Amino acid sequence: MATRYLIIGNGAAGLSCAEAIRRRDRSGAIATLSEEAHGFYSRPGLAYYLTGTIPEKQLFCRSEREVRALGIHRMHGRATEISPSRHTVAIASGGQIAYDCLLLAPGALAVRPKAPGIELQGVVTLDSLNDARQILRLARHARRAVVVGGGITALELAEGLTAQGVETHYFLRRDRYWSGVLDSDESRLVEDRLEEEGIRIHRHTELSTVLGRRGRVCGVQTDRGLRIDCQILAVAVGIRPRLELARSAGLATGRGIVVDEMMRTSDPDIFAAGDAAEVLDPATGSSTLDSLWWVALSQGRTAGENMAGGQARVDRGVPFNVTRLGGMTTTILGTVGQPRKDDDLVAIARGDSNTWRESGDGLTIEDDRAQSRLRLLIGPREIVGAVIMGDQSLSRILQILIREAADITPIREQLLAHPERCGELLTLFWNTWNGGRHGAQP
Amino acid sequence: MLRDLFQRETKRREALAVAQVVPEPIRCVQCGICTYNCPIAIDVRRHAMTGSPVLDSHCLTCGECIARCPRGVLRFEAAPGLRPQARA
Repeated sequence: MATRYLIIGNGAAGLSCAEAIRRRDRSGAIATLSEEAHGFYSRPGLAYYLTGTIPEKQLFCRSEREVRALGIHRMHGRATEISPSRHTVAIASGGQIAYDCLLLAPGALAVRPKAPGIELQGVVTLDSLNDARQILRLARHARRAVVVGGGITALELAEGLTAQGVETHYFLRRDRYWSGVLDSDESRLVEDRLEEEGIRIHRHTELSTVLGRRGRVCGVQTDRGLRIDCQILAVAVGIRPRLELARSAGLATGRGIVVDEMMRTSDPDIFAAGDAAEVLDPATGSSTLDSLWWVALSQGRTAGENMAGGQARVDRGVPFNVTRLGGMTTTILGTVGQPRKDDDLVAIARGDSNTWRESGDGLTIEDDRAQSRLRLLIGPREIVGAVIMGDQSLSRILQILIREAADITPIREQLLAHPERCGELLTLFWNTWNGGRHGAQP
Repeated sequence: MLRDLFQRETKRREALAVAQVVPEPIRCVQCGICTYNCPIAIDVRRHAMTGSPVLDSHCLTCGECIARCPRGVLRFEAAPGLRPQARA
């Protein structure tokens, strides 16, 4: 009898899992269960949908024909409970779905700050396409919006609302943006760009109360007593993995659903991947929780291969993300953390990795140029992290050098003495190192 | 003016002969901005997803997809085996 695979979730992890299963098992029955009625779309692309850079239909990166070709049976509904002993999943509309092998990829949801009035209509988060649609609908009639939070999503909201012609105010609880990952110059560079776009930044400002009229947001009050009238309050203070289903099944959970390197949970027939999965590293005993697109793809692929009988192990690589911060393409690689807490976030943010916050042992070198900035964290023998803003020409090289922990001893002293020459030094080193690497291959 | 037009076309064809758009899939989040902005509707996103260079013979190598990509996924790279001929 054909194996019955069930995938809960409509994100990157779920889709890559389905594709991986189909590559190994041509006859298995693959079903997906999602709370979203529409097909698979690019979640990071929502930022560009909000700014009007692309229309909604562009977000869908697999056609119905392609999904059909994979032989995936798509179901719309909400799972309420898992029974591992009976191998069934209960759905809210009634009924049960039987499975032989299950993937949990429910993702994570935005955390709402505890403030009076936070439940009012007009308080928005950006988790899904439906959220983006709601924001655009509200923006049509809104004059002013307030954004609170940190990380990438807060900027996506602020820039999206501004692009829609809404006067946008951005609250920072302390003196600068994303202080757990960016250094003060990087924060300032982003904040300058935001202000150029017309976003009004309020530093040392905390949301105290959401004011409402007839169930809708009509303003906010800050901790310092300032009142700003607004029709939208957008919050991005972090995300929390969705654990309710895993808990209903009695699976091991911590910050996320605990999985091993094969993406297997504490139940041998249940796997987990994506924003909800917390991967244990057997070598160190530590665990990581990432909210990164390529990590979700990689975890989904690993889970899919193993669900179909493989023995794949997830490749963590170096946590990295590429994003736009204040209109500047920015790559964050490896360990770049700042030795201070980010008060704008209460949990991990979307497009975020815990690893970035680990403070590097290394020395920092900086190379500032007009509209670009490069920060390298240099360890005793290798580069351990980098933040590349603007010009991305060194991005690919650094990604590989950091991932491979390349021994940079030949240029280390020069890099530290002449940070302004780091582009030239890294390119020369790369040519030699990469040539040697390929030369060594059979 | 005619000469300008001719030179522009020659340059375009030279670019076409020696360079191709190459993606770095790990940076791609499949947003589709590249495909949306391609003047001749090549599905560049598909290439970015699979990591395959844009070898479509219709590609103008106009660079629009490279310039518009918010994540620096795409770049021009010399097409293997094709180099511009040295001019006398």
